[in-house]
Amino acid sequence: MCMLRKTAKYYKGFMLFVILTPLLMILEVISDVIIPTLMGNTINEGVLTGRIDLVYKNGIYMIIIAVLAFLFGGISTYCGAKAGQGLGKNLRLALFEKIQTFSFASLDKFEVSSLITRLTNDIEIVSNVARMALRITIRAPFMFISATIMAIRINTRLSMVFLIALPVMMFGIMLTMKFGIPKFRKFQAKIDRINARTQENLTGIRVVKAFCREEFEKEKFAGQNQDLVKTALDALNLMIIIMPFMMLIMYAVIVAVLWFGGNFMLQGGMLAGDLFSFILYVGQILTSIMNIAMILMNFSRAKASLERIFEVLETESEFVESIKQGVSEVANGEINFNNVSFKYPGNQHFSLQNINLNIPSGSTVALIGSTGSAKSTLVHLIPRLYDVFEGEISIGGVPIKDYRIASLRDQVAIVLQENTLFSGTIRSNMKWGNPQASDQEIIRALEISQAADFVLNRPEGLSAKVERGGANFSGGQKQRLCIARTLLKNPKIMIFDDSTSAVDMSTEAKIRVELNKFNPDLTKIIIAQRISSIQNVDQIIVLDNGRISGIGTHAELLEDNRIYQEIYESQQKGMAAG
Amino acid sequence: MRMKPRSTSNTVKRLFRYMNKYRVLLIIAIIVIGLASLGAIIGNYMIRPIINSLVAGEGVATLARQVLITALIYLLSVIGQYIAGRLFVYCAENTTANIRHDVFSHIQTLPVKYFDQREHGDLMSAMTNDVDNVSIALGQSLSNIVRSVLMFLGTIMMMFILSPILSVINIILLGLLYFAVKIVASKSSKAFRSRQATLANLNGFIEEYMSGQKVIKVYNHEQETIEDFSEHNEKLFEDATKADTFATLMFPLTGNLTYVVFSIIAMIGSYMTINGVFAMDIGTLASYLNFTRNVSRPVTMIANQFNMIVAALAGAERIFDILDEEPEIDEGQVKLVTDQKGRCYWHVPTTLYDCQAIIARTEQMRQADLPDAEFTERYPGCLVPLRGDLRFVNVSFGYDNTHDPVLKDVSFYAKPGQRLAFVGTTGAGKTTITNLINRFYEINKGNIYFDGIDIRDIKKQDLRHQLGMVLQEVHLFEDTIKENIRYGRLDATDEEIVAAAKAANAHDLIMQLNDGYDTMLTPDGLNLSQGQRQLISIARAAVNDPPILILDEATSSVDTRTESLIGQGMDEIMQERTVFAIAHRLSTVRHSNAILVLENGLIIERGEHHELMDLKGRYYEFNTGVVELE
Repeated sequence: MCMLRKTAKYYKGFMLFVILTPLLMILEVISDVIIPTLMGNTINEGVLTGRIDLVYKNGIYMIIIAVLAFLFGGISTYCGAKAGQGLGKNLRLALFEKIQTFSFASLDKFEVSSLITRLTNDIEIVSNVARMALRITIRAPFMFISATIMAIRINTRLSMVFLIALPVMMFGIMLTMKFGIPKFRKFQAKIDRINARTQENLTGIRVVKAFCREEFEKEKFAGQNQDLVKTALDALNLMIIIMPFMMLIMYAVIVAVLWFGGNFMLQGGMLAGDLFSFILYVGQILTSIMNIAMILMNFSRAKASLERIFEVLETESEFVESIKQGVSEVANGEINFNNVSFKYPGNQHFSLQNINLNIPSGSTVALIGSTGSAKSTLVHLIPRLYDVFEGEISIGGVPIKDYRIASLRDQVAIVLQENTLFSGTIRSNMKWGNPQASDQEIIRALEISQAADFVLNRPEGLSAKVERGGANFSGGQKQRLCIARTLLKNPKIMIFDDSTSAVDMSTEAKIRVELNKFNPDLTKIIIAQRISSIQNVDQIIVLDNGRISGIGTHAELLEDNRIYQEIYESQQKGMAAG
Repeated sequence: MRMKPRSTSNTVKRLFRYMNKYRVLLIIAIIVIGLASLGAIIGNYMIRPIINSLVAGEGVATLARQVLITALIYLLSVIGQYIAGRLFVYCAENTTANIRHDVFSHIQTLPVKYFDQREHGDLMSAMTNDVDNVSIALGQSLSNIVRSVLMFLGTIMMMFILSPILSVINIILLGLLYFAVKIVASKSSKAFRSRQATLANLNGFIEEYMSGQKVIKVYNHEQETIEDFSEHNEKLFEDATKADTFATLMFPLTGNLTYVVFSIIAMIGSYMTINGVFAMDIGTLASYLNFTRNVSRPVTMIANQFNMIVAALAGAERIFDILDEEPEIDEGQVKLVTDQKGRCYWHVPTTLYDCQAIIARTEQMRQADLPDAEFTERYPGCLVPLRGDLRFVNVSFGYDNTHDPVLKDVSFYAKPGQRLAFVGTTGAGKTTITNLINRFYEINKGNIYFDGIDIRDIKKQDLRHQLGMVLQEVHLFEDTIKENIRYGRLDATDEEIVAAAKAANAHDLIMQLNDGYDTMLTPDGLNLSQGQRQLISIARAAVNDPPILILDEATSSVDTRTESLIGQGMDEIMQERTVFAIAHRLSTVRHSNAILVLENGLIIERGEHHELMDLKGRYYEFNTGVVELE
């Protein structure tokens, strides 16, 4: 019920349809249940007594009512579709907008693939069920109740048949569900397993081929596949009992009605027309029960989907308050870390501890340290991709919490490790950095990032097509394009989060030289793997396990920092041996 | 992507061919369901004699007999329905499993190029959604349709038996109804298709932007993205509303309008009964009307299956598209054979080559390598010792015809036991070379010789087994570390696995883990760092003891300490093998016998470290570039 109330909010703009759909549906049902009685009357009053005028009268009524029912039903269909898809639309947009407000931490919590499923499959299921809910959920119970009332009106004693049949039916369905649902869970788990296997095989197809393990893979798969069939049959064989079981009950009711009704008729308590319309009501009552069972099954699916959707919608987005207001101009590129500690949400241990740093405006700083030393984490704190746990970071003398978040991220530009391009053209991608950028500015940025050559070599130039995720560019090209895109922001601080990993060293060096020429006042923070590429920077920060192990120039660190020395030696060994 | 005329009937035919294996069961299922439907119809018919005998006042005995018969017929019908249901589900699940198996197996045989051109997601969705849809269609829709068709035909037949004249009128009225249904159905399928296209667009958008969500944030691009999304979303809303409206319009159409037909028939039937036209009586009228009310139910049922069938056929088409993809060609006739002493030879059939030509293309053979006379007799043709001699002769290659070739007329050689290192800027074609040696891609021009034999003549499996590959992108499987290393050679003993791990410098790392070699690797690799995974992948290559080793370094994301471990591991397993190393760092290439500098698909420098340094060319620049440039 709570779920329903929450969902109701997202019917906004479609309330009229939400009300009209069941209303029209009820009118349709009323028409539907009147017809069997009219039919009984036709037989009793008309056929049995030979009054043809009453046959015509009842017949015309039936036709009018059937046409009305069609109109009600048809319009209700339209309203239902509108309401269901309206809900889908609103939910989808709300979900998408919500995700846009997510902090990096929330994005980490939900994986990309799971967010995608929620936005696609889950919404689909919910909007389909919403449409059905408004129609069948209203229709089936209402049909059940009104048809039962009509049946009781015809013959109360005969209606006692339902008193026995309905509990038996419910009990049977519940029993099947009780045993069936665990079997289905098992089945679903097996499917998930086999899908995971396939996914793994596809991502590793080069390994499979390089090791000639095609047959091996097939055999492994075949085993799982057979297993899946067994589990599937186990579950399905139970579930397919439901339909014949329902039919059995329905037939039993009809037979009982024929027997008892027949006896009543023989005793003179019932007319042929009554018996016939009673049988018609039996059909309506039992069909509505089957529909109710169907709805319940769909509801449980929709409930799972709804829960997954609301899980996202109800995630608090962090630091909302400063998104819209605050300081909008970063004065200069000076960065201060004052006793900063950080741990990822839900994590026990600190990723960063007691970080104190001063990075003067316009300087070039490199971060070095082994994997897991939290280099990326440290730089992510600067544009508030994550918020510090303790301590404070300030830029240009202003604590970063006081900035408008959009301004902060525009002027503190980070080139992410997990970068991507979007489908469109080179130009449209570049304009992410600056929507007003002219072609000259874009080309200038591309030149700095050493991407101008391969872009301008394409006949379409800046209009060259970029496929989804930038799939038509190599890793190194993508990285250079991403750097150019970031440059177009004309930032005060630029952070390279291992963002030149696929660019070779000489190109990387050229980028750095061009960058210095372009804006000498730019503060640059570089996460580096190789000492050779950072020897000449102003400051090198050595991180070890979330703590600063040393700060200094190359020469200084080589003198007195053990970790730095170790890294240096391991990288130099090859050189020396040569 | 290949375009070909879509033919629904072909798709259906192929699906049926899959079911052919279970045709006996299916035929039995159809017969049983036919009998069950017939039972249901006869049961419904029983209203006629019962009402008639009641109206005639024939007494309880007759009623009891008639009701009992009805009950019996219904019971048999239900039992039949259950049996048929089981049979259908059995056939459907097995057929689905066969399809799934075939797709998976076929995917294994496809060339690497195929995977380059497609998103994994597309293949995954074929294996999951599409196969599921086919499964649902075969398991539920097929049996529903068969039953509905039989019920429909049986009902019509029964109606004609009860009253031909009413049936003619009925058919005319239903015909009119049918036209209305047809119009709606065609609108519905059109709307459904356009809805699917819009949905696919939206889903594509979602996938792309969700994957780049962090980038969106970094660029403050949320608002623009929401606007773009909104546009797609509105479009879907419109299309989907239309599709849903038409699809559900089917219910009032067949449901309520049937009552109009019902009412008209009731009036005419009543008239006939009152006036005794064509010997009409109340029982017949009631029974007939009951059939009239139910005649459209099977049609609704079939209409309900429509969406599922469309989805299944679309899925089946995609599945068959995959199955129609040409598998990797392997016309190689040269196989690897092993003699009693465990020495390996390439067996070249006489028809293929002049043995002298092969020998002329390789290094001088050592006496110890020559095959024994007895062994030579067993394999007519020539036996070339497996040594790991590899030569590129005037090789040109491009990934497709529209772009510049990646390699242009490249020639080089590696004698057994030599180390070659390739250096060059990103995109210079280094990784491509390794992909050509193992025939992931076919060269456009020139020859690659392995021990003097053109690699195109070698059976692919035997060729690839001789190449130990450490690929740039490490991929391990969701299994224990032990099994992952064993992937290199399936019959490796545990001792051999440990030995390989030791050689690759991975042993210490593995022993530090809680479960040692039995540690399960998670699919996302969270429990091991990239570098640690690379060490395991080196051990995996080492366990097979291949004569040629291809190392495509991927050290960019590896921290420096692990990197040195990797370096040592590689050094160790490089002993006594021919090695091709693709180096992104220069420090590892110095020990090489030859360093080849690639640029724009050409080898611009080659030689030893000292020679190239003295040359003061590009290699020198690479080594000193950083310092010089800054």
